[in-house]
Amino acid sequence: MSSGNATSSRIGAAFAAPVTLAASLLNVPLKAWQKLTGNNGMAAFFLAPNMAIFGVFVLVPLVMNFVYSMTSGSGIFLGDRNFVGTGQYARLLECPNYLNPRGCREDLFWTAVHNTVLFVVLQVAFMTVVSMITALILNRRIPARGFWRAVFFFPVLLSPVVVGLIWRWILQRQGLLNFVLFETGFEPVDWLLDRDWAFAATIAVSVWAHMGFYTLILLAGLQAIPKDLYEAAEMDGTRPARVFWRITLPLLTPNLLVVIVLSLIRAVQIFDEAYVLTGGGPGTSTLYLTQYIYEVGFASLLRNPGLAAAASILMGAVLAGLTLIQLQMGRRGERKGKR
Amino acid sequence: MKSTKTILAALAASLLASGSALAGDVRIMWYSDGVEGEVMQDMLDRFMKANPDINVTLDNVAYKVIQEQLPIQLASGQGPDIARVTNIKELADHWLDMRPILSDPAYWDANFGDTLDWMRPDGSDAITGFMTQLTLTGGFVNKTLFEQAGVEIPGDDATWDDWVDASAKVAESQQLAGAFVIDRSGHRISGPNVSYGANYIGEEGLPAPVDEGTKTFVTKLVDWTANGKMLKDTWVAAAGTTYRAGADEFINAQIPYYYSGSWQVANLSTKIGDAFDWVATGSPCGTAGCSGLKGGAALVAIKYTKNPEDVAKVMEYLSSAEVVKEFSERTLFLPAHKGVSEAGGLKWQTDDKNVGPTLDKFVSASGKVLPAANALPAWKWASAYYGALVTRVSQVMAGELTLDEAWPKIDQDIADKVAEAQ
Repeated sequence: MSSGNATSSRIGAAFAAPVTLAASLLNVPLKAWQKLTGNNGMAAFFLAPNMAIFGVFVLVPLVMNFVYSMTSGSGIFLGDRNFVGTGQYARLLECPNYLNPRGCREDLFWTAVHNTVLFVVLQVAFMTVVSMITALILNRRIPARGFWRAVFFFPVLLSPVVVGLIWRWILQRQGLLNFVLFETGFEPVDWLLDRDWAFAATIAVSVWAHMGFYTLILLAGLQAIPKDLYEAAEMDGTRPARVFWRITLPLLTPNLLVVIVLSLIRAVQIFDEAYVLTGGGPGTSTLYLTQYIYEVGFASLLRNPGLAAAASILMGAVLAGLTLIQLQMGRRGERKGKR
Repeated sequence: MKSTKTILAALAASLLASGSALAGDVRIMWYSDGVEGEVMQDMLDRFMKANPDINVTLDNVAYKVIQEQLPIQLASGQGPDIARVTNIKELADHWLDMRPILSDPAYWDANFGDTLDWMRPDGSDAITGFMTQLTLTGGFVNKTLFEQAGVEIPGDDATWDDWVDASAKVAESQQLAGAFVIDRSGHRISGPNVSYGANYIGEEGLPAPVDEGTKTFVTKLVDWTANGKMLKDTWVAAAGTTYRAGADEFINAQIPYYYSGSWQVANLSTKIGDAFDWVATGSPCGTAGCSGLKGGAALVAIKYTKNPEDVAKVMEYLSSAEVVKEFSERTLFLPAHKGVSEAGGLKWQTDDKNVGPTLDKFVSASGKVLPAANALPAWKWASAYYGALVTRVSQVMAGELTLDEAWPKIDQDIADKVAEAQ
């Protein structure tokens, strides 16, 4: 037994040796740096790698994207492009009536905006309700509860492209769903060729693919609600619906807000599943903002990188607004918690 | 100290090794419609055996990569050494002029002279590559379905209306999903547009506004989609300029008539097998003629290559008469090599009895291409025109726009693209 322990500790020491060596080598310059710059300097030192990565992969592209949005031309290098100031933004925003996208100068952009807004409203509402119901069911003592939790979470692990392909095979004209309908004596439906059905399909598939994640957040919230509240309500003979409205929902509100804001941000960014599922069709009925930016920037025969950059900056501004709301809500929650 | 020197020496050696490996490397970005990737790899293996100092890598990619990612790479001065492309003219500024480094430029002028202008900037005499195949848009008919329905196959001078009506009768009789499909592509409807008198090229080579010829055929196409004769799946079920082929519908015998082009022959032959008899029909007629649209895929040298001499050697090998002949025979592509075409005697390598008559039909149909269609492969703004057409026409088919709303939008989209590029 003791010889086993000795072997383990020798192996541990062998593995730790390079780390110890590296630490001792770093110790001298770090001490000197601390002496020179104090604690703030040390914080800057440890943050530097992360900030460098953030700068190279986020900040610089963001600034470049902004600069691109001020240019026109088919060149990629900024030197090959013409400076047009806010021309691309003016072109995007030129519209006599924003409620009628077809009359706008960039009608496809405004169609994508309309589709995205409608998608966000409906998808977030459905996502929240379905996740809530699922969490409430999974929080009960049902048979094989662990299995069901895994089942609902499983789609979250799938690649969005796989999700899109699976559902396309199910919903296409000669797909699985129409086969089942036909075999059971019903008329097949053109799920992906009808504007309304295709739009509904993108919402349903998106909810199916992501609800597991939000269910998990709500489930965690449900399990944090003290059991004695429910026991007291039961002793008072309170009806289940009243228990839900008076106990569960108020105490779950912080989690619900997180779910709403996170799903809102994600819904604005909808792209991959919808793109694979419908390609933006029929017509432009499922053309969402991210697909518009992708098409105009990279894929279309009519590509225009400057216009795509301007559209992405506008979309980024909306996302930044939503993120600020999320942060605000988080801080408010923290303050409440402290009280 | 000693170990530091050892590490530095090893590093230098590995850098030298990687540098020398790069010297003879040639990368080809390639896409396939059928079996041509395998045939090309086979030929390149033979080339590398004969030229061990040159290592050619064939990167097989999806057509979407050629369409969407390659232009971005080229615009940033990157990319492969050679690429197989269809957007030949618009990207011509990125192709390498091999004339100074080719051992026999006169051979290229003599055998590929008709198509060299398709792949070089206007006014240039550059030799940038060659067409791996000549293509012609045209129709395919499922003979078996027509026979089963007892409907006579329309003749050579049949109009689009004749073809659609006959196909609709077959579809009704055989309870098919639709009468016909045209690939979702502005290129594919341009031959028919020209057959109804369309001309895309205006003054000074700039795009002309949408004319009556285009309006006539597009109006018919929209009506055929609305009444279910054209299957909605390809055109309606996507947005923007996304390309969608209708080949699978034809292969699965869901439609009796399919309008695409000669590049589909190998694909159809492989996938249909002996499931049913089929043949090419040429292009149906309009009021101005019975025109398809020529085109094809070109193998072009990229000017950002670091090994232009090696690239030229590979291109000379692949453009040689023997290689072109074998490539065409094995892939069932029409050769763009004048010498090979004129010599004739191509032995199509297939047991499929449908292939021979089909290719013969495409050869004879190429004589019916109208001048307005013949000018398009070498026209810089063709892609912009195709893109605007497909985007707006599919919106009309989906019920989002009326035709009257679509025409000015098509003109505006094209004008925007021209303004953006200038």
